Amino acid sequence: MNIHEYQAKEVLARFGVAVPRGVVVKNRKDVDSAIEQLGGDLWVVKAQIHAGGRGKGKIVTPENARKVASVCHTGKDAVAEIEKQKLSLSKGVTVTNDRAKVKSIVETVLGNHLVTIQTGNAGKSVNAVYITEGVDLIKDPIGSQLRAGQEKDFELYIALTVDRETGKVCILASREGGVEIEVVAHEKPELLRKIWVDPCVGFQEFAGYQIASDMKLNPKQQKSFVKLIDGLYRVFTALDASIVEVNPAVVTADDDVVALDAKINFDDNALFRHPDVEEMRDSTEEDQAEQEAHKWGLSYVPLEGNVGCLVNGAGLAMATMDLILRYGEKSGISPANFLDVGGGAKEEQVKAAFSIILRDPAVKAILVNIFGGIMLCDIVARGIVAAAKDLGVKVPLVVRLEGNHQAEGKAILKDSGLHIIPADSMADAGEKVVKAALGEI
Amino acid sequence: MPRAKGTESENEMSILVDKNTKVITQGMGKTGQLHAKMCKEYGTQMVAGVKPGSAGTEIEGMPMYNTVADAKAATGANVSVIYVPPGGTKGAIIEAVDAELDLVIAITEGVPTLDMVDVMRYIEGSKTRLIGPNCPGVITPDECKIGIMPGHIHKKGHVGVLSRSGTLTYEAVWQVGNKGFGQSSCVGIGGDPVKGTDFIDVLEMFFEDGETEAVVMIGEIGGSSEEQAAEFVQSHPKRKPMAVFIAGQTAPPGKRMGHAGAIIAGGKGTASDKIAAFERIGVPCARTAADIGDALVSVYKG
Repeated sequence: MNIHEYQAKEVLARFGVAVPRGVVVKNRKDVDSAIEQLGGDLWVVKAQIHAGGRGKGKIVTPENARKVASVCHTGKDAVAEIEKQKLSLSKGVTVTNDRAKVKSIVETVLGNHLVTIQTGNAGKSVNAVYITEGVDLIKDPIGSQLRAGQEKDFELYIALTVDRETGKVCILASREGGVEIEVVAHEKPELLRKIWVDPCVGFQEFAGYQIASDMKLNPKQQKSFVKLIDGLYRVFTALDASIVEVNPAVVTADDDVVALDAKINFDDNALFRHPDVEEMRDSTEEDQAEQEAHKWGLSYVPLEGNVGCLVNGAGLAMATMDLILRYGEKSGISPANFLDVGGGAKEEQVKAAFSIILRDPAVKAILVNIFGGIMLCDIVARGIVAAAKDLGVKVPLVVRLEGNHQAEGKAILKDSGLHIIPADSMADAGEKVVKAALGEI
Repeated sequence: MPRAKGTESENEMSILVDKNTKVITQGMGKTGQLHAKMCKEYGTQMVAGVKPGSAGTEIEGMPMYNTVADAKAATGANVSVIYVPPGGTKGAIIEAVDAELDLVIAITEGVPTLDMVDVMRYIEGSKTRLIGPNCPGVITPDECKIGIMPGHIHKKGHVGVLSRSGTLTYEAVWQVGNKGFGQSSCVGIGGDPVKGTDFIDVLEMFFEDGETEAVVMIGEIGGSSEEQAAEFVQSHPKRKPMAVFIAGQTAPPGKRMGHAGAIIAGGKGTASDKIAAFERIGVPCARTAADIGDALVSVYKG
C-alpha cells in the first residue's frame, strides 16, 4: 500500500525524523490559513499523488490529459507531448516567496491532472496539495562525484528495503541524492553504499557512522544523518514497510540533515496488524476495479489489451497473458488484464471476476484457464455458467479446464446451452481465443 | 560432501521426502484438515496434528498434540507442514525449528515479509530446512505428497520439477506427463521475496540425486534467483539436462502480479533478462507455457 508524501512525512516526524513543517490543503479556501500557520517567506507547493517524478511533471486540465493520453502510450511520452503542445499550466512542485503565487498555484493544481514519467499516459487527478516551509539549499562543497567537475546541491539519498538475497533489511545511501538513484547505481555503483541489518539487534549507530564517514560527511552532519537512518529504520520495522525512501535528504547550512521528500510503501501482507496504516489509504488513488477485486479476494491488474483472462494462480495467470500476446501479437491481440482468482475460489468469486473483466469496454473475448488442483473444475464451470447467464456475457468465451473433476466441469459447460468454446490445452486455448477476438470463430 | 539440510534419505531415491517421511500438520483448521486428509489418502504418513488444547483427541484419524515437540516425541515425525494463518506462521515455523524437525513446509500465503526476515535469521545454524511460505509443497510421486498439489497428475519417474508458482507447477507436471515422463520429485519453493529455500538449493539436490535425470524449472519475474540459478548450473560438475520457463514476459514494470515477489522494480527482474541468462548457458527456455513439455524433449529423451 502506498501513501502520500504529506502522510509519509507525518509518520517520519512521529518517529523523530527532521522534516520541513508543512500543511496539507484540499480546498483553496484553506491556503491563507496554511500560510499563516507556516509563516516564513519561502514556500514549496507540492501536488500530492501516488507517483514519483513530480518535480519534472506537468499540470494539465483533465480534458487535455485525455487528449494527450489518446496519442501517447507512456507517462514519459505524455510529458514530452504536453511540452510540445505547450499545454502545461504549472509544474508538480513550485518554490516561491510570493504569497499570491502560492494561492494561484494551489488553484491551478487542485482538480487538474499531474502527468509525470511514473503516472502513465493520462496522469493522475490532484486532490491535495502540500505547502511546506522552504529550506535553503546549499551547494555540496565537494561537488558532484557522478558528473566530475559539476556543481550540485547538497542532497543525499537514503532508502530502506528488504533484500531478497540476504533476507535482511538493506539500507542504501549515497551523497548523490536528488537524481534518479538508478542512474547512480548504473553508472557509479561505488557511490551507492549498502549495509544490511541483523534483525536480532536492529540498526546499530556504528554502522550508520561507517557509511556517513564513507560519504565524507563532517562530524555534525554524520550525527544528524545517523539519527535520520535510525528513525527510518524504526519506521520500517514498526509499521511493516516495504520501502522507505528519502530523496533528497538535504544538508542545511547548519549541518543538519532534513528529509525534503519522503516515500513509504507498506507490506500489504502486514496491514492486518496496522489499522492505523490502513486508515491512511487514499482510495481515490487506486483503480476502482482493482479495489473491487481486492474485496472479493481476487488479484487483478488492468492492462491495455483486448483479451480478458480469468486464471487460478499468479504464475499461470502471467503465463496465460504471455501466451495471448505470443499468439495474438501479429494481429493486434494482447491481454486486457491479469486476474488470479486464487486457489479456492467459490462460484460467487468467479462471477465477480467476470463482472470486473467485463467493465473494460476493450475486451473482445475472454480466456478462462483453470488448472483445478484444490479448486474443482465443476465448481468453476458452475461459476462460469451462472456469470454468463446473469451478466449476459456477449463476448466469446474460451474455456480450458484441467485437473480435478474436469469431466464433470466440461459436461456442465456443454449442457449449459451457452456459446462456450472449449479448449484442450494451453496452446489450443491461446489459438482459439485469438481467433475468437478477431471474430473468426 | 555434507548432505544438504533436510535431505533425510541415504539411498538417493528422490529428494527431501519419501515413503519413510512422517509428517505433522500444524494448523488443523478447515484447510489444514482437508489437505491432511487428502495427503493421507495419497499414502503419505500423516502421523499427527498440532492443535493447542486438543491433546488426546483425533481428527480424521490423526492424533492431536499440544505442541510440535510432543507430536514428534510421540510419533517420531521428522517433517511438518504449516497451514496456520499468516499472523501465526512465524511462530509455527520457530516452533518446528525448536523441535529440530528436518524439514518444514509452509503453505500459508500472505506472511508479512519482516516475519520471514526474523525467521530466516532464527533458522540459521539449525538443522531444519524451510520450504515456502506461499508454496504448494513437495511431492515424490507414489511415495509422499505434502501440500496442496493435485496428486493424480503426478507419476513416478526421473524428471525433477521445481517452481516459484503453484498452478504453473501443475501445468509443467501435466505436460511432462503428457510427453511420457514421470517425476522424481516436484518442489514448489513459493512466490515470496524472502523464503526458506531457493532454486539453487533444490537444483543442488536434484543434481546429486540418483533418481533424477533431467530438471524442469519454472521461474517468474522479480528478484534475481533465476539468474543466480543459471550461474550455478553453468559451473556445476553434475549438471543435468534442463528446460526452463519464465512467466511474466508481458507484465508491466512496477505492478505486483499476485505474488508478493512477482514485480519488476527499478528495471530489474524482467523475464527477458532471466531467459537470456539461461539461453547463454545452453538451457532451452519454453517460449510459452504451452511449450514446456517440448522444451524438455529437446534436451531429454528419457
